[in-house]
Parts: sequence; structure tokens; C-alpha cells
Amino acid sequence: MSKEIIERSAAGIARDVNAGALRAADVTEAILAHVASVEPSVGSYLTVLGDQARAAAARVDERVRAGERLPLAGVPLAVKDNMCLTGTRTTAGSKILERWVAPYTATAVARLLDAGCVPVGKANMDEFAMGSSCENSALGVTKNPYDLERVPGGSSGGSAAAVAAFEAAIGMGSDTGGSIREPAAFCNLVGFKPTYGRVSRYGLIAFASSLDQIGPLTRTVEDAALAYDAMAGFDPHDSTSVDRDAEPTAGALRADLRGVKVGIVKEFSTAALGAEVNALYEKAYADLQALGAELVDVELPTAEHGLATYYLIAPAECSSNLARFDGVRYGLRVDGADVHDMYEKTRAAGFGPEVKRRILIGTYALSSGYYDAYYVRAQKARTLIARDFERAFASCDLIACPAASSPAFAFNAKSDPYSMYLMDFYTIPMSLAGLPALSVPCGWTTPPGASRPLPMGLQLTAPLFKERELLAAAHAYEQATRHAETHKPALPEARS
Amino acid sequence: MSMSERPSKWEAVIGIECHVELKTKSKMFCGCPNEFGGEPNTKVCPVCLALPGALPVANREAIRHMIAAGLAFGAEIPAFSKFDRKNYFYPDMPKDYQISQYDMPLTQGGVVRYWLEDGTLKACRLTRIHLEEDTGKSTHAGSGDGRIAGSTYSLVDFNRAGVPLMECVSEPDIRSADEAVGYLEALRRTLQQLGVSDVKMEEGSLRCDANVSIRPAGSEAFGTKTEIKNMNSFRSVHRAIESEIARQIALVESGQRVIQETRGWDEVKGTTHSMRSKEQAHDYRYFPDPDLVPMEVLRSEVDALRAALPELPVARFERYTAGFGLDAKQATQLVDNAELAGFFDAVVTASNNPKQATNFVLGDLSRLANETGTGVAQSKVQPAHVAELIALVDAKTINSKIAKELVARMWAGEGSPKSIVEREGLAQTSDPGAVENFIADVLAANEKSVADYKAGKTNVMGFLVGQVMKASKGKADPQLVNQLMKEKLEA
Amino acid sequence: MSSEKIDVRYVAKLARLALTDDEVERFGAQLGDLLEHVNTLGKLDVSLVAATAQVVESRNVEREDEIRDCLDRETVLAQAPQRQGGFFRVPRIIAES
Repeated sequence: MSKEIIERSAAGIARDVNAGALRAADVTEAILAHVASVEPSVGSYLTVLGDQARAAAARVDERVRAGERLPLAGVPLAVKDNMCLTGTRTTAGSKILERWVAPYTATAVARLLDAGCVPVGKANMDEFAMGSSCENSALGVTKNPYDLERVPGGSSGGSAAAVAAFEAAIGMGSDTGGSIREPAAFCNLVGFKPTYGRVSRYGLIAFASSLDQIGPLTRTVEDAALAYDAMAGFDPHDSTSVDRDAEPTAGALRADLRGVKVGIVKEFSTAALGAEVNALYEKAYADLQALGAELVDVELPTAEHGLATYYLIAPAECSSNLARFDGVRYGLRVDGADVHDMYEKTRAAGFGPEVKRRILIGTYALSSGYYDAYYVRAQKARTLIARDFERAFASCDLIACPAASSPAFAFNAKSDPYSMYLMDFYTIPMSLAGLPALSVPCGWTTPPGASRPLPMGLQLTAPLFKERELLAAAHAYEQATRHAETHKPALPEARS
Repeated sequence: MSMSERPSKWEAVIGIECHVELKTKSKMFCGCPNEFGGEPNTKVCPVCLALPGALPVANREAIRHMIAAGLAFGAEIPAFSKFDRKNYFYPDMPKDYQISQYDMPLTQGGVVRYWLEDGTLKACRLTRIHLEEDTGKSTHAGSGDGRIAGSTYSLVDFNRAGVPLMECVSEPDIRSADEAVGYLEALRRTLQQLGVSDVKMEEGSLRCDANVSIRPAGSEAFGTKTEIKNMNSFRSVHRAIESEIARQIALVESGQRVIQETRGWDEVKGTTHSMRSKEQAHDYRYFPDPDLVPMEVLRSEVDALRAALPELPVARFERYTAGFGLDAKQATQLVDNAELAGFFDAVVTASNNPKQATNFVLGDLSRLANETGTGVAQSKVQPAHVAELIALVDAKTINSKIAKELVARMWAGEGSPKSIVEREGLAQTSDPGAVENFIADVLAANEKSVADYKAGKTNVMGFLVGQVMKASKGKADPQLVNQLMKEKLEA
Repeated sequence: MSSEKIDVRYVAKLARLALTDDEVERFGAQLGDLLEHVNTLGKLDVSLVAATAQVVESRNVEREDEIRDCLDRETVLAQAPQRQGGFFRVPRIIAES
């Protein structure tokens, strides 16, 4: 019974809890027991919310007994540790917030809890969401449940690992340049980044304000749709949240792709990714076609400048967003001879190397004499990239390409910062244009040195605000190919 | 040597930079109360405390106040405006950046018209007015005098952090301390009248710095300027500017140069002291705030706000001086007292006699107001009745002595002067026959005085006129008495 | 955009980050490397393009001037690194020399 519960989809759990066939409390106990057993191997969570989870589950059961039908009743939830949840340690994976307890709750989190989710734990992540492997966390190590010698991806690595290891049914992630989509691809999950502005950023510890978006990591597209429907919508606390009715997506999922034009991007050719990977994506595109989609060639000529553009804009914004971590009002403080000395010492001790690098490059890009040449120029390149997509979408409804250039890599494989940045190559352009995009499992590959097959993800991108069409198409592909079901995670046997 | 005696070899060039806290219920980017005072750190929330994950949302009323203020000063209101981040580290700045405006402020240009004590009208152009958020407040401990230099630690209160702030920068059109204060008074009066701010230096809702330089009179080039800070009242501003002008003149005349620096005004010593040299200017790394969206100001909204502007202080000042002939002091008194001005305007309208209105309202009634502690507009006197009184005087129905008595009785609440006069028969005697009779009686009873008059002591007539007034119980027309008395005495 | 060497110490000062000599050198090299890649943006013709202000066009997102609940002071100060009574306490603020 326990094993079966923990592997169930969010949709299944909610259905049964609402029907009275299952209690949120029982789901929660099963999950917490499983968490205790696998955490030593996987390390998804920085904080496990035992009592808080039980209390939330009890409330869900109360509400259901009182006649309420909650869209996500009893669904166990992993919350990335850059999202505030009242009374929980919220660290952003950093020493500078290692002991900080949030006094308020992020809007997106609150909406999921209100929809019936039970928060199981605060998930590990690359520090301040800067990274593509979760190795930049200052507070813990998370391993890929499909191969414990490899990274789960990042920066939402903990949320991805938690869902992949059945420690939650929905993981909340945040995506700035690929931080939901890439770990989803590495961990055999669906990872969905909505249109910029669809989900409130209030309570999400900011990395790059014009790029950050919260989204779900799940084991099925349907679950992602349910989670998105619950979290999306205008929030008066976030000036950048879009005031535009979010049409429910969960009921619009489809079985085929007839009439859908799918753009294959010339600049994203997979020919250079190795024979096995290339074949995998060629098959994925063919499968789309088999479902009735018409494949169309499109171009994104400025996409090659995506990385350069992103690595100027994101650090610039983060250098300003992270200034508030100064030891004055909360968080770590290292004393100094005077307040400026205190700032310098506190931030030196509290931030890891990747964060420091990005603060430095960001500060530089904004500084006098360089602002026009770097920051402004990057924002103009961004306009060009957005226009490229607009032009492409004139001849197609969706764009298909890889979510990442390779499957999960081994720990310490990418010690050179720039080689790590390259992991975002396929996901960055969509972030820059604010487009909705997701990764859905599209097959398995066993690279040299790998002890077992590793999952890869197909990235689908839609025009602004077309979440419905995007999720519908992803669902069709998922149901027809069922790649996620081919292999199970490599978890140690549960002690029963 | 005082400023007025200063040789006109030098000209002072002054610009004023003001920070005005806007009068709104809540802060600029969050719903915390915007109130003066209170226990420290009780008016804070995740946003104004800059907790991780917090986001700003702009206060609509603050933006409206800004546009109204801009329109009041004839500024241009561009169609688009935005917020920028001004990045620097300081403990009273929770985010370690301030949300401000850099290259697209809510208003551009404009002019502050003001008047000096002698009534001279002046104008100072504005560079810009932009909107930003205020910082928290720090107090410095350990140095014994609360000053930052020598302190060992500081205490920070964030109640004020996030209060909407208008930064108002003037062109260096001001030429003296008097003009600086005139400018500030006009700014204060206008913003208070608009309800945009309380503008109280003692509460911190107005703070200002002055940029001061000198140059040879007649020159167009600018001298090196210093920035003067720490002036806590209009009087300090005046003293500080005069002190700084004198200091710079003394420096230059002794062959030295003025150093560009920030100088703090010391109220006790009566001098400015160097605070720090304006070394490397801060690199604020301004960039558009990605957490906020641009503001589009519609022409229709601007037009509506412009149409809703009241008659502003300088316009009223001009109406009272040029229009009604009041002197600067009287006009200023009215400008500063809206209720008194309202009363005055009502009397003028009803009586059509600004001069008499001035006499009675700003003379007799104001005197009574001062004595009793009740304002004219709060008293039992009604403007319509004052107008009646003026009409009675103009028609010579009563004399000025009776008029004064009536003022006192109106103040006491006796109501319409017209009805009092009729009821008590206080109309003055203007019938020459009757007056001549009184005169004849008085002259007959005062032969000695008549003889004194004919001997050359003409001032005796005053006594004789007084006797006629007494005999007539004050009702004789004094002008007529004087005229006829003189005729009789000269005869 | 020529390949210039970043004055890492100056930038670190602006960003209030104390760096060891080793970090100055290491970061200097890594950032120089990144800038090499970023300089490819110089090849783009951006002469007729406006900088992206925001990705999704919005205007005039404002709130009514209303008071909302504040945080309770004890909650606020409980996690202050150093407090004194109702205040946050910080080391002396020396005006920069």
C-alpha cells in the first residue's frame, strides 16, 4: 500500500482524497516514512517538514470532510528553498540565510497549499538559483535518483530529485535560464516554466527579476497542468504578474497533434551531440509527426547569442537583488571595524564562488562606462531574440528542441564555470523571450562511463500565454510514447 | 558687513535641492502606514524591510500628488515615466538600492514663482521633480554628541523606509539667502495647499540642501560650488547660505580657491564645516527597476488634474497686491490663512470695496482676533455684515467712531449693523442745520477757546470739535463738523 | 568592445565583497574568460533596436493608497543579527575616506 501511494500521481491522490477513499494524513505518513528511508541516499531536502506536513494534512482532511473538493487534496509537495513558507527555514541554498526563518509565505506556495497540497520539505538548490547541477548548494548534496553518481541538474535539483524519488508528487521549482527544465530532463520528469508573469514572484527569493518564474516539476504532464492551474494568476503583490485570465489547462489535454505545426530549429540541430543523442531527438521529432503534427523548419538566428545576453542581464539584476544580504536586518553577520567592513566580510563568508562571480560580473556590466556597452546592448540583443521567436511562430504553433545537450553528468565533471553555463544553451533563449516552455521525457541514453541508462528531455516552447496549447501537446506526446515509464529510479531498497 | 552692505563685486549663485515627504496614508511601495513618529520598527513589512522575496507595488496616490505638484509649477508631464534602481550600500537602505527615477522622471522643468518680503516677485526654474522612496533613520551612539563622526555604533529604525519622497531640484537661479527662503516658502505654501505634503522641516517632511557658489558680478561662468547640508529650519537655511557666501568671498579675496565639497551647517557655531570632499562620486549603477513596470500618464488624466488645481499661493498673492492694492505683508497674511482669505474675499465680493475690506478685516477684526484668540473666520461676524458696515460708512450714514463701536458689537454677536443702526438711531447727523446748532452752542459755551483760536492756537479746534461730538452723542458727521467749525471760526 | 581586464578589486569594493588575493586572480581570469564569450554581442547590429524594457508589456500597475497589516515587531527583530531595544544595531558608519 505504502509503495503504491508514494508512486501515485497528484491527480490520482487528489481524486481519491476528495472521494474519501484516501486520507491526506495517510498519504503524508507514507511519504514521510519513505523520505526518511531515501534521504540519506538522495539528499533532496534541506529541511523536512514533519509536524508542519502532518498539521497541513489534518487540515486538508477536515476541509474535505466538510464538503470541500480541493484540486490537489493531499498531494505531497516539495518546495524549493528559495520560496518563503512561514515558519520554515528558507535558505536559498546559501550560508548567508542558513538559519533564516521566513515570516511570510510566497503567493504561489500559498495557492498550492490552499488547493490542498501538503508541504513535505524545503528542497535543496544551487545557491540563489545560480547553477545547473545543484553542486553550488552551500548546504547539502543532492544526487540524481536515476544514478546516484550523477547530478540531478539545477538549480531546482532538490525539487527534481524529490519528485523523481517519490518523496513528493509535485515539486515547486524556479526557472531563470533553464532551472526547471534542465533538472526535469536529468531526472525523467516533466518540468514546466510558464509565460513570464503568469505565476507570482512574491515570496520567491529573487535571482534575476525579469527572468525568474515559478513552475512545477511532476511525473506526468497532467500533474503539471493541475499544479499550474492552482498556482497561476494575477497577484497584486507582484507588479510584474500578468492580469490576464489564466484559462485552466488541465481539462484541455489532447490525444494527438493533428493540425499542429511544430517548428524544428535550424540553429538547434542535434547532429553534433553524438550519434545516440542525435538519433533520440530525430525519433522524438518523428513521433510528433506520427501523432499528426506537421514539422516545419524555422530559424532563430540570434539564439546563438542567448548565452552572452543572459550572462550579462541575469548577473546584472542579481548583483542588485543580492545587495540586501548585508548582515543588517537578518541572516549571517560577520562583524567588522565599521559597517562597510562588516558588509564585505559578511558577504565574503556568506556567498559561494559562483554567486560571487555573478555579482562581480553583474556589477561590472552596470558600472559607469560599461553600462551601455554591456547591459543595454544585452537588452537590445534580447529584443532581437524575442523577435526571432515571433517570426518563427508565424509559421508554427510550437517549437521542439532538446532541453539539454546531454543527460546528467557526474559530480565535478564541469569544474570550469563556462562549461556549466553551456548547459543552459537550449533553455536560455525561451527565458529571455518570456515564453512558456517545458521539458517532457523523450528517451534514454547510456553515455560512456554511465552505469545505467539516463533520461533525456524534449523541450517544447509555445508563444506567449499559450500554456494550454503547450500542455495539451506535451500530454499527447507523453501518452503516445510513455518514455518515463521505461526505467525506475535507482533507489536503495526501502527498509520495510 | 551685512549682506545688504556687501559690495556688488560678487554675485552668489544658489540652487536648492529639496526632499519632500508626500502625504499619503501608506508608503510608496507597500501598505505600511506613512506617519510621523511612533515606536521604532513597528511600521514595517517584508517589502519595506527588504526581506528575501519581497516585491514593490507603486502607490497610485503618490503618483497623482507628483503630477499635481508638477502641474502647479508649470512643469511638463511626459507621457512615459519609469522607476530606476540607485545602487549603493548604507544601513538605513534596506535593499541597499533605492527605487528612484533617473532619466525618465514624472515631471520635467517648471518654475517656482515666489515673492520676497518687500513684495518683489521672483522666479526660479526647476530642473526636475522626481519620485523616490525614503530611507530609514539611523541614530549614532558613542560619540557623545549624536554625530556620526566618533560614534561607535548606530541604531536603525525603518519606520520611515519606503515613505514616498519627492525630490525637487532647482536651477541655480537664486541669488541670495532671502531669495532662497522666498523660494522655499513658495514651495511649502503650494505643496501644503495642494495637500501633497505637510512640508514641516521639524518633522522631516521637508529636507533641503543648498548648492552655493560665487562669481564676479556680471560674469556668466559658474564658480566652484559647495553643497550645504544639515539645515533644519528656514532660518538655518538663511543663516547657512549667508555664512557660506561670506566664507567663499573671504577665501577668494584672500587669493585661495573654493574646494568642491559637502559642508555641514552647525547651528550652534553659526558656521559650515567640511564633511567630506566630493571625491569619487558614487557609481550608482542606475538601471530600470525590473520589478516595476513603466507608467503611462494619459493626457486626459493630466488635463483633469490641471483643471482641478486651486488658485495657488503666488496667484493669490498677485491678486491681493496688484489686484486689491494690499501691501506684501497683508497679502502674505491672507495667503497663509485660507479661512481668513476666504472671509476677506467674501467681504470684497459683497462690498465691492477692497480698501475698506482691508481696513476692517485686516485692521479692526484682526486686532480683535489677536486679543480674543478667536480667528476672524471663526468669530460670530459674518462677511455679509461687514459688507453692510462698509456700505453704511461709504454712504456716510455713520461716522468712523460709530463704525468702530459697531465692529465690537458685531464681534459680540449682535448681528447686522444695519439693523442696529436703525434700531438705535445711530445714523450720524449730516444735516448742516443741526450741526450748526451744535457748533453755535459749543462756541457760545467756550469763548476762551474761541479767543485762543483767533490768537493763533489753531489746535484748539480739535477740542472744540470734540465738544460738538460729545454734545451730539457721537453722531455728528465729523467731516462736516470740522468743515463748518472752521468756517465759523474763520469768519 | 575590446578585451579589457576587469579591475576586480574596484568592482568587489562596489559590491561590498572582500576577496582574497587568490580570489582576485582566479575570478579575474574566469570573468575575463566570460567576457571573451560575451563580447560576441559586439557583432550584432542593434542600431535600430530598442532595449527590452520588460518581456511582457504592462503599464501602470499600481495599488490604492490603503493601509495593510505590518509585521509584528518581535517577529522582525527576533532574527536581527544584533538588536538594541526596538532598533537594529550596526557597527559605526564611517563616512568613506
